[in-house]
Amino acid sequence: MMKPTAPAITRRSHVPLMAAAALAFIVLLLLPALIDLYQVQLLTYGLIAAIAALGFNLLLGYTGLLSFGHSAFFGIGAYTVAFLLRYLDIHSMELYILIGIPIAALTSALFGYICVRHTRIFFGILTLALSQVLYSLALKFFWVTGGTDGLRVARPTLLAGLLSFQGAGSFQHFINSYYYYVVVVFAICVVLMWVIVHSPFGKALQAIRDNEVRARFLGLRIRHFRWAAFLISGTFTGLAGILWVPLNGLTTPEILYWPFSGEIVFAALLGGFRNFTGPIIGGIVFNYLKTYAIATTEYWQLLLGTVLVALVLVLPTGIVGGLSKLAATLRGKEKA
Amino acid sequence: MPNGGLAGNELLAILILQILNSLFYASVLFLIAAGLSLIFGVMRIVNMAHGSLYAIGAYVTAWLVGRAIGLGVAPAWLFALIPMGAIAVALLGAAIEPVLLRPFYRRAEEYQLLVTFGLLLILEDVVRLLWGGLPLSADPVMDALPIMRIGGLSYPGYNLVVIGIGATAAVALWLVVYRTKFGVMLRATSQDRRMASALGLNVGLVYVLAFAIGCFMAGLGGAIIVPSQAAVLGMGIDALILAFVVVVIGGLGSLQGALVGALIVSFVRTAGIQFFPEIELAVLYLIAAIVLIVKPTGLFGTA
Repeated sequence: MMKPTAPAITRRSHVPLMAAAALAFIVLLLLPALIDLYQVQLLTYGLIAAIAALGFNLLLGYTGLLSFGHSAFFGIGAYTVAFLLRYLDIHSMELYILIGIPIAALTSALFGYICVRHTRIFFGILTLALSQVLYSLALKFFWVTGGTDGLRVARPTLLAGLLSFQGAGSFQHFINSYYYYVVVVFAICVVLMWVIVHSPFGKALQAIRDNEVRARFLGLRIRHFRWAAFLISGTFTGLAGILWVPLNGLTTPEILYWPFSGEIVFAALLGGFRNFTGPIIGGIVFNYLKTYAIATTEYWQLLLGTVLVALVLVLPTGIVGGLSKLAATLRGKEKA
Repeated sequence: MPNGGLAGNELLAILILQILNSLFYASVLFLIAAGLSLIFGVMRIVNMAHGSLYAIGAYVTAWLVGRAIGLGVAPAWLFALIPMGAIAVALLGAAIEPVLLRPFYRRAEEYQLLVTFGLLLILEDVVRLLWGGLPLSADPVMDALPIMRIGGLSYPGYNLVVIGIGATAAVALWLVVYRTKFGVMLRATSQDRRMASALGLNVGLVYVLAFAIGCFMAGLGGAIIVPSQAAVLGMGIDALILAFVVVVIGGLGSLQGALVGALIVSFVRTAGIQFFPEIELAVLYLIAAIVLIVKPTGLFGTA
């Protein structure tokens, strides 16, 4: 019989983790008082990238499928907002989200239906090819999409028109308000994803990732699970696109182009795709990395590429993976 | 009706030109896609930097041609510079494989894809660093050959040279893979790396050579297209996607597949530019998606 004092390794308590998450949330809420406006804006971009990477990682980290086409869903989200504004004259952020999410989900469902027939390299190539259909359409139907110039998106109203941003000083006001808006949506996304990956559904995905044959013997309908994961993943990334465009004020086909998908992959890897928090940290850090790389050098891609190669060579588990390994080593030394 | 006859002749000439255009385009695309396919077939790596290697072939050739003209070299000799671009890329490939790719053969595919994506980012900026943002052209090579008349329409003779090089490359590659001892080694390694190694093949050397040959093909593709189209930034990224479409249609790892895929993509694209320019690219991607659904391994794929 097991001694009651033996620490249960498999069922660790979630309390410290929840406390840490609550603390992080409070820090996020207090930060704008401490940092300047530009940093608030950067952090907002970072949180949006984190949502995109979080969605992406449900496929890579939890289902074992590397998508090189997530730019499609980000772009669908962004262009949906631009179209709603341009053709239906809708200005409400809530409406953008309410209409944009089903459209992103629908696109993900359609793409997923085709893509989950394959795994590994073919899955990656197929997601890439399909995402480029959207890219070429955005580029060629310029009278609808604005072509390479893209579409401008004015500042939306928040909270059902309660907050609108016009006139002098509205930029500062918008950035500050929008930051809190994104923080709340971000927190909801994190909680939602946490529930998803820890649900029986999430466990089934991980079982499929680790051993497809065994999962099939257990009676799991593998393709259905992969499809559902694809749908959820694409929808999260689509939401990130919806949130991104009012902040950026402009959407161009570049966010549908496949190197942008590569950036989402990069972000998830940077944080560590084997950890839940990895893509969140990765999204935020990647955003800083890219912004400062662009600010310091004209050849920022060279810098990013070198970082990526070095990362894959030296730290394949990413920042979070590396840190937790370091923590484990330190703890081991303490015990010894 | 003499009028109708003339229109008929002209239509025929246009048709011939479109077929020649398709073949021209297919030659370049075949070179890129065959290299990509060869590398995948032997090493099981999808090289995302392949398009950038094609771009480097174009830039090196255009740069050499520019230099040679500066030195007053006769136009006819400029043709000798075309293989130089391809050789430069092959050497680059021979350096990349041991340094960047070799550590990853035992790791998951995702990492291989990511490392070549990192390489793509690096190479794209290296090109910008070395040759700047302005297009680099090598027109004098094209002007060295006369313009042909086909049914009252003019067609650059150089394009026929490109078609010839594409056809020669296809035959040469086929001969190397299926009719030489090295080809046997390539195929043996591709079928079972460990068994080939156990039988005494120097697998490491086969990998370097396979990668260098793949890079040579990509570089040659760039080198032969640059006299008719200037080398520009981003050309590699566009080319990679088309090469993906080709190998997806034809079957990743198959040379016949690369040839047939290149022909299909080129003819569809040429027709597309003529008849449905807005959705020309979308149609290509959709064809690729349909092939993957109906026959997942592509038309000629086995794996």
